[in-house]
Amino acid sequence: MDSSVKRTILFLIFCAVGIVFIVRLVFLQLLDDSYLRSAQNNVLQEQTIYPARGLVYDRNKELLVYNDAIYDLTVIPEQVKNLDTAVFCKVLGITKDDFIYKFEKLKRSKGYAPFRPSLFEKQLTIPMYAAFQERLFDFPGFFVEVRTDRKYKHSNAAHIMGYIGEVTDKDIDRSNGYYRLGDYIGISGIERTYEKELRGVNGVKYILVDSKNRTQGRYKEGQFDTAAIAGKNITLSLDQVLQDLGEQLMKNKMGSIVAIEPETGELLALVSSPTYDPNLFIGRDRGNHYMELLRDPDKPLFNRPVAAPYPPGSIFKVLESLVGQQEKVLNPATSYGCHQGYLFVGCHAHSSPNQLRGAIAISCNGYFCQVYRSIVNNPRYNRVEDAYNSFYNHMASFGLGKKLGVDLYGEGAGFLPPTSYYDKVYGRYRWQALTTLSLGIGQGELGITPLQMANATASVANRGYYITPHIVKAIDGKPNPNPDYNIKHWSTVDTSYFPIVIEGMQDVVERGTAYIARIPGIEICGKTGTAQNPHGKDHSIFFAFAPKVHPKIAIAVVVENAGFGATWAAPIASILLEQYLTGKHDTRPALVERMLNGNLTHRNDSVATK
Amino acid sequence: MIQSQQNNTPKPASIDWLTLVLYYFFVIAGLLCIYASVYKEDHPFIYDNGMNYGKQLIWIGISSFIGLLILLVDEKFFYVFAYALYGMAIALLIAVIIMGTSFRGSNSWIEIAGFRLQPAEFAKFATALALARFLGGFNTKFSDKKVQLISYGLIFLPMVIILLQNETGTALVFGSFIFMLYREGLPGYFLFIGFMIALMGVLSLLIAPLYLIISIGAIALLMLLFIRRNKQNILIVFGVALAFVFYVSSVNYLFENVMQPHQKSRINVLLGKEVDLKGAGYNVQQSKIAIGSGGLVGKGFLQGTQNKFRFVPEQSTDFIFCTVGEEFGFAGSVGFIVAYLFLLWRVLFIAERQRYKFNRIYGYCVASILFFHFTINIGMTLGILPVIGIPLPFLSYGGSSLLSFTILLFILLRLDANRINELKGSFE
Repeated sequence: MDSSVKRTILFLIFCAVGIVFIVRLVFLQLLDDSYLRSAQNNVLQEQTIYPARGLVYDRNKELLVYNDAIYDLTVIPEQVKNLDTAVFCKVLGITKDDFIYKFEKLKRSKGYAPFRPSLFEKQLTIPMYAAFQERLFDFPGFFVEVRTDRKYKHSNAAHIMGYIGEVTDKDIDRSNGYYRLGDYIGISGIERTYEKELRGVNGVKYILVDSKNRTQGRYKEGQFDTAAIAGKNITLSLDQVLQDLGEQLMKNKMGSIVAIEPETGELLALVSSPTYDPNLFIGRDRGNHYMELLRDPDKPLFNRPVAAPYPPGSIFKVLESLVGQQEKVLNPATSYGCHQGYLFVGCHAHSSPNQLRGAIAISCNGYFCQVYRSIVNNPRYNRVEDAYNSFYNHMASFGLGKKLGVDLYGEGAGFLPPTSYYDKVYGRYRWQALTTLSLGIGQGELGITPLQMANATASVANRGYYITPHIVKAIDGKPNPNPDYNIKHWSTVDTSYFPIVIEGMQDVVERGTAYIARIPGIEICGKTGTAQNPHGKDHSIFFAFAPKVHPKIAIAVVVENAGFGATWAAPIASILLEQYLTGKHDTRPALVERMLNGNLTHRNDSVATK
Repeated sequence: MIQSQQNNTPKPASIDWLTLVLYYFFVIAGLLCIYASVYKEDHPFIYDNGMNYGKQLIWIGISSFIGLLILLVDEKFFYVFAYALYGMAIALLIAVIIMGTSFRGSNSWIEIAGFRLQPAEFAKFATALALARFLGGFNTKFSDKKVQLISYGLIFLPMVIILLQNETGTALVFGSFIFMLYREGLPGYFLFIGFMIALMGVLSLLIAPLYLIISIGAIALLMLLFIRRNKQNILIVFGVALAFVFYVSSVNYLFENVMQPHQKSRINVLLGKEVDLKGAGYNVQQSKIAIGSGGLVGKGFLQGTQNKFRFVPEQSTDFIFCTVGEEFGFAGSVGFIVAYLFLLWRVLFIAERQRYKFNRIYGYCVASILFFHFTINIGMTLGILPVIGIPLPFLSYGGSSLLSFTILLFILLRLDANRINELKGSFE
């Protein structure tokens, strides 16, 4: 072979290698952009800047919720050197086994890398943090990271405030990438319903890191960074003093208090008893506290006022009086006799017969059974169902049997039985007023939440309408933007039918069943209820509004398994009305004392309703 | 090599300036890449490890000086002292094994006045000179069996010693002399066999040996169907097939029992049998990321984040091409490859224009060595060849490497510079 041919062949071999390299470069550099992304992942570290969560105030600008610094201990395992484990464990208050266990757990956790910071110990106590900060140089590789957590100034209104906790995988999926593992999110209460407003907007800071994850500076002088926007401050309609007094009065009792400003639908107090200190849900032991509360048979985590349905008992008679008039089967002069009851429904001893106003005042079962019967068996309708449907719609227009749309998590609808329910139970066309007579005295299948009770009272106080109850009055100084909180929901009962019922409600307090709730100088209109229930002793129920003219407050009180409405619920409501309207509650010290000290928790072993 | 000359110092015009320009192009490109790989915005000139840049500058100075000395020396010197230099190199290699310092996992370094030197690097040009002297001898024909055996001996002796030093990559470089031997008369099918041996070696690690042996048998039987089935052909096919079967099995045996774990894992990673982005695969993965993120025109000089923040290990030595790929992109990388091929072509061109066999053989040795380094080094950074730690000539950081390649190339320039004197001499 000619020698120059051999040279050419060799050079062609060289070129072949060069071409292979160039083809490879085409793939690496031109066609595949995953390497570019990997390069950015290598050096660009996205740091989330968490804004401070919004503060929460009550209606009188009293600070309720603020933020507190907490200290998390993080570790970059690669940088841990010559660690004196004994000293380290002593500072942290753990045993050597704990230490080894923690490290093993860390290594198994998702996304672990020896060069990346990992959470080693959550929420150091302040003394621990101080001890640590002092000796940090002894523990290379360990750092203390500062975050903020919630702090509750008054340790009350736990069910309104709710709590925040770490996001779940589901939250992360739903948020379109806003939340990341380890972020905090509102889990219940306003923390949940107003999460978007309270949390603010996370900022992002891009920093360059080298192969050992050491910071090398800002990326492009920070031109892609975004600042964190602080969470909005929220003003609640809550009256802290009233709320606190309500919780005191409900101590050692189970039940609910809901107070509403009728004109605006603003919630003034919302007590769920038993309650807990919301500060239990922050700090190192939150998990343990949560489990304890979860296991408590009294269900302190259950938000009774918005979720628990109770049979309303006699307070239902107020609404019946209104509906009866609207349906033209009742007028103020309608008179029924009562001889200790009607058919199978009993009644207490009282004068007879009574007209409407008097029947309300003495809460005559017999009278209202007849009213109910005349409504449902109204001959104006062809069928009982039609009459009952009309009755149902009237009741629904007061907000019964449906979720009102309160801005609190976990609202229940209660239960107002529709015709379909009775059709199912008794068969179609096989029921009528007498079949469902217990409804006439607010018993039977009927379930109304305390919130619905208070809302119905507000409707009566407003002579015909309610505004959807809500707890948030203003966000960042501007009124709650929810349009529903400005709409008057008119009931289907004409305003003209209200005065006589209100007169009757005033009589209840002035000379009727709730005489104990009377406060000289304040015109209170109310109604007691004593609700029989399958869980034990009757529930003591009372709802009221005051003053009679231009009402400022509507209130519903339910004390579970406490007996007559007048025994517990009415006095408690009365004390709260006095407090709210006069700013003090010291005119009846003996009564207040008795209510505060009343302990109903050990009278029987029954569990709360539902 | 007998000639009569009065003036033996080359005139500047007789030096192949194009090669010299290419040499300085690569050396300076290398210096810039080393600078880029240690560059930090905060401290442009000082960095805990950034002395590499300054050290390389010193080495460039030393190399240039030695290169000048080589150009000034009598060209007969290399012919006369070829065997002596070879002997010295072998002696040094043995000395290193006995008393060398261990550095980066191999016992191939000796330390002189704070500078670490690797005698294996110098064994390359010494062997090239010895081969040129031996094969370039009057009446030496490569077809002679004895000549072949002595040539192989000259190659294998330093190779084996270097293997003992745990420098597999450098030892493999000596295999590249097959290209020179091809030019000097080794039949072309040896190149093919060499290629087949490499291919079978890889395949035997990828495919279960049993399947490979069955395939070899099947191919042998197929071949018997198509060739004339005389006794000689059958014996050859049988013999070759048997040799491959033996080879395939021994590769597996070597791989499982002789190779060290880090070598095994490097090869496994390359073959895709093992995914280990934190261990052996890390270098290659980061190297690919650095090069791949360069895009069409690169991130610009000193703007490469992967190199700068030290994601690529050994970036200034074996992985220097990453800097080219990241900061100058596809355009820069292709330009670099084309420039390198141009240098190789120029070396072949120079070799072929020599009147003397000694010069020509030496020239082919230079081309072979440069080509082998180029292939293995860039192939490794691009992730298509296993990580064999050999430098990219003229660019990689490292004094021994730069100096030895400079000597290698400048001896050729010196030998080539004489051709004008030769011509002149013949006219005078």
